[in-house]
Amino acid sequence: MLNIKNLHVKLEDEDKQILKGVDLTVPAGEVHAIMGPNGSGKSTLSYVLSGRDGYEVTEGEASLYDHDLLDMEPEERAAAGLFLAFQYPVEIPGVGNLTFLRTAVNAQRKARGEEELSSGEFLKVVREKAKALQIDAEMLKRPVNVGFSGGEKKRNEILQMAMLEPKMCILDETDSGLDVDAMRLVAEGVNALRSPERSFLVITHYQRLLNHIKPDVVHIMSNGRIIKTGGPELALEVEKNGYGDLLAEVG
Amino acid sequence: MAVEISDEIEVREGVDRETVETVQNMGSYKYGWDTEIEMEYAPKGVNEDIVRLISAKNEEPEWMTEWRLQAFRRWQTMTEPKWAMLNYPEIDYQDQYYYARPKSMEVKPKSLDEVDPKLLATYEKLGIPLKEQMLLAGVEGADETPAEARKVAVDAVFDSVSVGTTFKDELAKAGVIFCSISEAIREHPELVKKYLGSVVPQSDNFFATLNSAVFSDGSFVYIPPGTRCPMELSTYFRINAENTGQFERTLIIADKGSYVSYLEGCTAPKRDVAQLHAAVVEIVILEDAEVKYSTVQNWFPGDEEGKGGIYNFVTKRADCREARAKVMWTQVETGSAITWKYPSCILRGEESQGEFYSIAIANNMQQADTGTKMIHLGKNTRSRIVSKGISAGKAQNTYRGLVSMHPKATNSRNYTQCDSLLIGDQCGAHTVPYIEVKNTSSRVEHEATTSKVDDDQLFYCRARGMDEEEAVALVVNGFCREVLQALPMEFAMEAQSLVAISLEGSVG
Ligand SMILES: Nc1ncnc2c1ncn2[C@@H]1O[C@H](COP(=O)(O)OP(=O)(O)OP(=O)(O)O)[C@@H](O)[C@H]1O
Ligand SMILES: [Mg+2]
Repeated sequence: MLNIKNLHVKLEDEDKQILKGVDLTVPAGEVHAIMGPNGSGKSTLSYVLSGRDGYEVTEGEASLYDHDLLDMEPEERAAAGLFLAFQYPVEIPGVGNLTFLRTAVNAQRKARGEEELSSGEFLKVVREKAKALQIDAEMLKRPVNVGFSGGEKKRNEILQMAMLEPKMCILDETDSGLDVDAMRLVAEGVNALRSPERSFLVITHYQRLLNHIKPDVVHIMSNGRIIKTGGPELALEVEKNGYGDLLAEVG
Repeated sequence: MAVEISDEIEVREGVDRETVETVQNMGSYKYGWDTEIEMEYAPKGVNEDIVRLISAKNEEPEWMTEWRLQAFRRWQTMTEPKWAMLNYPEIDYQDQYYYARPKSMEVKPKSLDEVDPKLLATYEKLGIPLKEQMLLAGVEGADETPAEARKVAVDAVFDSVSVGTTFKDELAKAGVIFCSISEAIREHPELVKKYLGSVVPQSDNFFATLNSAVFSDGSFVYIPPGTRCPMELSTYFRINAENTGQFERTLIIADKGSYVSYLEGCTAPKRDVAQLHAAVVEIVILEDAEVKYSTVQNWFPGDEEGKGGIYNFVTKRADCREARAKVMWTQVETGSAITWKYPSCILRGEESQGEFYSIAIANNMQQADTGTKMIHLGKNTRSRIVSKGISAGKAQNTYRGLVSMHPKATNSRNYTQCDSLLIGDQCGAHTVPYIEVKNTSSRVEHEATTSKVDDDQLFYCRARGMDEEEAVALVVNGFCREVLQALPMEFAMEAQSLVAISLEGSVG
């Protein structure tokens, strides 16, 4: 369960407040969506939760189960079960995708005091999961995200998620840049991972993805705050009317 | 694979199971163990008597003694070069031992079956089959190579003396000579006389001249015409004794149409007094022959404050003496307090080719001044330089390279790519390319980049669960990939873990 209370965040080097009191709870097993205009702070929220440098938390708290996230290193948060599918996945030249995945999986296992996966086991699992996402052997060998198309990068994020089996998955615009078929693959990938112990926070601009991944709750974020929370119908409303009315409601 | 080696290796006393285990339990510089062996030393310092003594200990013929003395007399007239971007205290050449050997070497060798001379074999510790690792590492052709079929013959040089060579019989069947240089001087004088000093002349430079006078041992390789050496050859150098300089000499001759891949690994114990290492490697390559020479140099780099470590002054040169001769130098330089090293290619034969792939990592107080020289003398010659320099801590890392196209080297080409990566803001990277083109049909291309380790990449890795050091090691390994791929597979795996080890403590 993810619990965010009154989270205020500013940029470290600039006097710019981005999150202005975010309150959000995602119980175990639920899927929540966040929608909101460009620049409202959705990616910032996901970065701050995963521990990226450059932000300063001025107020509030965030926890994942009994872990106080804001006190932890990024890798500790990952080992505790937090996963962020990046809006802009990072390229790492020269590092094979498989090597990267394996290093990540074993780093987390090690941090949790579990046995490392043997390369045989690892390869078996990875091939299976890659196949479901239609990621071929060639892409597994290539350097991480280098020269991947936009859609390939996003599918690769989902592969990482499937391998790491996190408890809390944050998907930052994983649907943008996907063609119709890729969207279905990604949604199937996500749905396959849905379980009573696992929660999702899906950041998206479009209702389309939510047709495939049915959210329990939809939040609207604007100007650093959650301004409205509702059921799946809220996403439909945004799709139809835009944010105008909602923004007007809160002034 | 390790099993295969240990079954056949013949090693004398002094390297044993205990050292193997010690290595595996070491901390950050994991080769820093010190093997307790009774040593026999020549008195400190160098003079004609010492030179004679070394020659006598190796049971050398008169001509060899004379050759050494000639070098020694020359050396006395020379001064240490100071042009490199290196700062170190004055070396007192009379305060070193020039000869040390395990006492047990005087008696008959005995076979120890537990020894794996590739103590460096980190993959074994990882417990993964080699082939899978190759796949994971994305090694080219890994799918096709039966890993079990790969063999490596090893010559181990412990302080001044070669302690054993593996697979001798199998090599002899192919006509390959692989032995210590002292043995070659006794057993194959015609080859040694013909080629020793023919690539790196006695008078070449201060350190090479000193080496010519006092070299104690090293490896000798001869590949007969038309022969593809049936396995990789490897020399494993270790400086163990205290205050001892190591001066090994390697001579490799690839006769017409032959091929050999040669690996060199180096380690030394942790000492707080700096130790001198001045080696010479000469490679002669005849018509249509090809030599690959790979080094993983992991001499002790000194501690975080710069105390101790190896001063590494090495002269390595390959002479592509005839048409279509080919040489490829690959080096991974992670150790040494001071590195002064420029493996070079003389491209004399028409259409001969030289390649140089280098990773140089300098952390803490390490200083590296390294690069290559490509001397194009023949027509249609080609050379390629790929250098990856990584600096961390307060280290200084200099790439120094010369590309020279002589008037007769028409239609020749060089491509140089020189990338530097900085970790932290207290280290330095320098690129010093010298280019001379003395004909109008040749082309030289030079590309250089300097960058800092990318924060977004590190965050991405950490968000997936790697700690900061692991993330840096991964990103740096990616940066070096082109060079790592040029290494034989066994070495590539080892080099990757070395990159991680040598960057420990460089972040945070
Ligand atoms: N490092 C930074 N430097 C300057 N401004 C920043 C930085 N990080 C975020 N911002 C600003 O904070 C605001 C929120 O950005 P954020 O990326 O979180 O928005 P978003 O809701 O994810 O938008 P989008 O829907 O376009 O992805 C924007 O105005 C952005 O320009
Ligand atoms: Mg965003």
